Amino acid sequence: MSVDLSVNIGSLKLKNPILLASGTVGYGNEISEFVDLSKIGGIVTKSISLKPRKGNPPQRIVETSSGMLNAIGLANVGLELFIKEKIPFLKNLGSTLICNIAASSIEEYVECVDILDKEETIKAFEINVSCPNVKEGGLIFGNDVKAVAKITEKVRGKTSKPIIIKLSPNNSNIVDYAKIAKQEGADAVSAINTLVGTSFDIYSKKPKIKNITGGLSGPAIKPVALAKVLEISKEVDIPIIGIGGIMNWKDAVEFMIVGASAFQIGTANFINPKASMEILDGIKKYCQENTISKISDIIRTRKI
Amino acid sequence: MLIKDVFVQSNQKIAENTFLLKVNAEEYIPYVKPGQFFNIKVNNNSYPLLRRPFSISDVEGDSILFMYKVVGEGTRILANKVVGDQINILGPLGNQFSINESSNHVILIGGGIGIAPFPYLIKQLPNSVKYSVLFGVRTEKEVHSYGLKNILYSSDDGTVGIKGNTIELLDIHLKQIAEKDVKIFACGPNPMLKALQEYTNNKNIECEVSMESAMACGFGICQGCPIENKDNNYKLICKDGPVFNIRDIMI
Ligand SMILES: Cc1cc2nc3c(=O)[nH]c(=O)nc-3n(C[C@H](O)[C@H](O)[C@H](O)COP(=O)(O)OP(=O)(O)OC[C@H]3O[C@@H](n4cnc5c(N)ncnc54)[C@H](O)[C@@H]3O)c2cc1C
Ligand SMILES: Cc1cc2nc3c(=O)[nH]c(=O)nc-3n(C[C@H](O)[C@H](O)[C@H](O)COP(=O)(O)O)c2cc1C
Ligand code: FES
Repeated sequence: MSVDLSVNIGSLKLKNPILLASGTVGYGNEISEFVDLSKIGGIVTKSISLKPRKGNPPQRIVETSSGMLNAIGLANVGLELFIKEKIPFLKNLGSTLICNIAASSIEEYVECVDILDKEETIKAFEINVSCPNVKEGGLIFGNDVKAVAKITEKVRGKTSKPIIIKLSPNNSNIVDYAKIAKQEGADAVSAINTLVGTSFDIYSKKPKIKNITGGLSGPAIKPVALAKVLEISKEVDIPIIGIGGIMNWKDAVEFMIVGASAFQIGTANFINPKASMEILDGIKKYCQENTISKISDIIRTRKI
Repeated sequence: MLIKDVFVQSNQKIAENTFLLKVNAEEYIPYVKPGQFFNIKVNNNSYPLLRRPFSISDVEGDSILFMYKVVGEGTRILANKVVGDQINILGPLGNQFSINESSNHVILIGGGIGIAPFPYLIKQLPNSVKYSVLFGVRTEKEVHSYGLKNILYSSDDGTVGIKGNTIELLDIHLKQIAEKDVKIFACGPNPMLKALQEYTNNKNIECEVSMESAMACGFGICQGCPIENKDNNYKLICKDGPVFNIRDIMI
């Protein structure tokens, strides 16, 4: 039985709902040794900022119970090098490219989108207003509904490509942010970014990562991520891209049933770089075994 | 880079808390170089979640050997593996020690389990090159001689070799061999490597070191393993290293 795995995120058409999450596959070159990137729905780049960012000093990561904390600090090559060196490689992959942008000011978001809008290879923008690991920008915006409104509005004014606002779980009401994003013209929201966490050494009594706090990801956050997707899906009529702790096809299907139109795979790439290909096989089989001809038919089919 | 399940062929204790794990890894053999490492998933569960990085310690026929010290949950699980068990390995990863015939005498310095990459490195040394191994331990119980020859020891408690550290041992050894054309390869705890950096800089001796860092991916996609170079830029230990010229990095 042939299965139609394609899904639509607003005007963005994906050949299947599988995306690789920002910051977990760099700019695609290393992971392409394991994954045929033309076979999956798309790849979201590491957050790009206007100028290169060196990132935080080590130690940047630590393992926790069924998860990990990271405080990379948005280390990235910057806009200029991204366009000159990374886009040409990504262009040849035949994968849908979603460019994730992080900035320290509203103006910087706007300038980045303005410049990158000309790049044909980029099919959509994911706006990161939720990085917990940098002082300025990131979470400061993610915790301020007005700022998210302003960023969405201004960025919308600069591009007709689909805009996805990546939401933070580190605030009291994620629904407010999803509502504002929709109101200001975003095509979709992605949820969730990492949860703020920390870990201490009981002998040295020092934090295990230099930044003291980091972002928690991996299987440990899946129930939280699912609950956020559910909340948004109940309250706001906007496509949701589910992210958080997806390790296998079952996790992915769960997100779609709860309310996600597509999903992203993050931490799983580190442990099993082929995870996305295995998930592709898994969701196809699930559809076949359950006589589902279009995967989009399972979106939001939760029974509550 | 390949990911595969491999079978445990043996898993032997060779010293206190120190084991030698042999796995059948035929497909990898043509590609592995001394100094490279594998990122190993010790079980199929999400605890421990991440892979654990281990240097290639030796290659024997179709098998790769890893020498490891039990320090936490991941290595404890490894130590319980028996013949026929499976582990999943990703590699080979990283760069390699640059071996050539340009130096007359090679000195390998291993601090504790930092000795791990040297059995394979020794096998790859050209026959014309003389070498010696300086093995620093805390106490005699940590001593073994797997894959090593021409070993001199230093120990913190004086139970084996000189009482002192590997840098003191190096200083004595250099005077003994009275050889100008020396190259050092070293691996061990950061304080040792920092002292070595100062020593080799002062004496202008060629030295390459294998560095460690917490790692998530091991092949360049997480940015979790930075090390600062002398131009104040970050390099990735997993991809640009783990082996660096000691002059190029800040330890
Ligand atoms: C390139 C490289 C090569 C290595 N080669 C060897 C080797 O040949 N033999 C050997 O015994 N050890 C080696 N190590 C260190 C080894 O990876 C750690 O001892 C091991 O990961 C500890 O795991 P654990 O679960 O037992 O310890 P835990 O302390 O429970 O581990 C918790 C987390 O910290 C990380 N971690 C702990 N100690 C280290 C360390 N020293 N370096 C990097 N990450 C660490 C673990 O990977 C894990 O993510 C190497 C490390 C690197 C980076
Ligand atoms: C090491 C690491 C780096 C990340 N970097 C970024 C980033 O630059 N921009 C961003 O929007 N999200 C970043 N994320 C968050 C992920 O995209 C994802 O939202 C999160 O990890 C949850 O998914 P997971 O549990 O599948 O990993 C990063 C996550 C990790 C683990
Ligand atoms: S361990 Fe992931 S980049 Fe080095």
